[in-house]
Amino acid sequence: MRVRVAALAAVSVSFIPLPAWAAALEGQAQRQPVNWIAIAMFVAFVGLTLWITKVAAARTRTASDFYTAGGGISGFQNGLAMAGDYMSAASFLGISAQIFSDGYDGLIYSTGFLVGWPILLFLMAERLRNLGRFTFADVASYRFAQPPVRSFAAISTLLVVSFYLIAQMVGAGQLIKLLFGLPYAVAVLIVGALMMLYVLFGGMRATTWVQIIKAVLLLGGASFMALMVLAQMGFSLETLFSRAVEVKAQSALSGGATAVEAAERGRSIMAPGNFIKDPVSALSFGLALMLGTAGLPHILMRFFTVPDAKEARKSVLWATGWIGYFYILTFIIGFGAIVLVGTESRYLDSGGALSGGGNMAAIHLAHAIGGDAFLGFISAVAFATILAVVAGLTLSAASAVSHDLYATVFKHGRASSTDELRVSRVTTVALGVLAVLLGLLFEKQNVAFMVSLAFALAASGNFPVLILSLLWSGCTTRGAAWGGIIGLLTAFVLTLLSPAVWTNTFDLGLAPFPYSSAALFSVPAGFIAIWLISLLDQSPRAAIDKAGYPAQRVRAETGVGAFAAIDH
Amino acid sequence: MIGVQEEAVIQALGTDERYLALVARRSRLAWLLSAIIFFAYVAYLLLIAFDKALLGTPIAGGVTSWGIPIGLGLILLAIALTGVYVAHANRHHDGLMTEILKDYGA
Repeated sequence: MRVRVAALAAVSVSFIPLPAWAAALEGQAQRQPVNWIAIAMFVAFVGLTLWITKVAAARTRTASDFYTAGGGISGFQNGLAMAGDYMSAASFLGISAQIFSDGYDGLIYSTGFLVGWPILLFLMAERLRNLGRFTFADVASYRFAQPPVRSFAAISTLLVVSFYLIAQMVGAGQLIKLLFGLPYAVAVLIVGALMMLYVLFGGMRATTWVQIIKAVLLLGGASFMALMVLAQMGFSLETLFSRAVEVKAQSALSGGATAVEAAERGRSIMAPGNFIKDPVSALSFGLALMLGTAGLPHILMRFFTVPDAKEARKSVLWATGWIGYFYILTFIIGFGAIVLVGTESRYLDSGGALSGGGNMAAIHLAHAIGGDAFLGFISAVAFATILAVVAGLTLSAASAVSHDLYATVFKHGRASSTDELRVSRVTTVALGVLAVLLGLLFEKQNVAFMVSLAFALAASGNFPVLILSLLWSGCTTRGAAWGGIIGLLTAFVLTLLSPAVWTNTFDLGLAPFPYSSAALFSVPAGFIAIWLISLLDQSPRAAIDKAGYPAQRVRAETGVGAFAAIDH
Repeated sequence: MIGVQEEAVIQALGTDERYLALVARRSRLAWLLSAIIFFAYVAYLLLIAFDKALLGTPIAGGVTSWGIPIGLGLILLAIALTGVYVAHANRHHDGLMTEILKDYGA
């Protein structure tokens, strides 16, 4: 498949018609070739985070420091860090851009990304903290035979992280090329190198602070933008919406539409449009976002950085609050961009589209509101946003390899803390190199499906395994490990057969699986497989697994015997 | 508290009526709140899938459509429900659980 991808990349490069190249060059010529304010602000951010990494490195001596910052992060800090881990540049630039072009549809995305958080809190957060130590596999495999369930969890973590990471790296390269005027390869290299430095030397402590700082900068920047938009509208949402509708109608009118059509086009941004085509895709996509959130390894890992279950649940309250607030801001920013960017010819190319590409709505709005300085600030924040997300992803993948595979599966729990730490650092370097290579390989590919694939995998593998191992006494080792794999495989294969990959990425014609997300089928597949395999499992191990449930349940509910914080 | 002693406490807790009632109560709340957010979101998706026009209907002759308060309301509902759960756990659950655990010297 990799050969095929590379071949496709080569084809798409060589067959770009000349006018497109010319247009791209024109587009770049309009922008400053190098944005010095943005670079200065970004350098300041990097300087600060590297200094934090240096301080954190001096305190990162044990595996516990590396994976969980010694477990001494407060609920408030962890909530901000979770928000920083979760709010990607894609959701900031992508959702505001979607609102800029289609209006209401962006809100459907936002709500989907948020509704998983309450479920994560109600069913899992406290139990995760009470049973786990470093990775979600600690919890999933608590009463089971370690090697099979750990291996499943590690495979799942590596898959989810890889797809998420590729999407982030490609997005980062393209964004930075655009914002800073740096070549794509240089941008990908910088992201890869910085994320490696943070994780390698600073572990969870540095990663947490990078995420906290990023969350504060992003929330601060977005708040300012939304506030300025509202101020120009007399703090009335009604005014904002009616002006946006006017702008859309006006542009349809000047595009040659009749008055009736134009009015209809204007009003269309206040209603759901083409984003969701059929009910099955709608439900399936929503299910992937909602349950996937509760199965993302890099998010689950953050629960082990707080001292106890009480702080774990506080983390989710803060995270949900910040992320929800952020999506409301994004909504205002998207509509603000319609009014303030969509009417200014300097932000549009000759065809009336956004100069620099579809994702630039929020970036142009930053310029319209605060000039070059604020544009530089928001560009730097977007860069910082990517770094915080990729650092969290890398850390969770490194933990899966060193803690789940190396220390537990290969060394049967007898690896020393020093050895485990060494393996996680080697893995971090390997992941950094791999992420850069994949980023370069997928430069010309449409990677949008990879984020939804990551969510579908997490929803179909990790989520059922965690829920059933935590809440169903009948779940067995075999059920969890093989059922989880079946959930993952179903999600993976159906996604390959779906239009986004089959038709749009590989150009193989009509997709055999017609829906935009696999989750509606693969999540039940995961649950049913775990249930059925557990039910049929008559092995001696199954008896041990079931007998272990009552004690696990008490520990999960009370925190008796939970791993304590060791802040030093 | 380690080893044999801890195992004994856990076994005893598992059959303690007060513990069982407390855990059952929190579990009911957790499932109720999960069901609320789950079905609220599914209802929203079904509304989008089957009746886009309803969400596009303007409120009281203005431009703002019903979809806006419904969508933003869903975001606020998610935050509010997490708040309800945390408030309940902090005010009622933790204190009672600590009392029970105290009886077992945990």
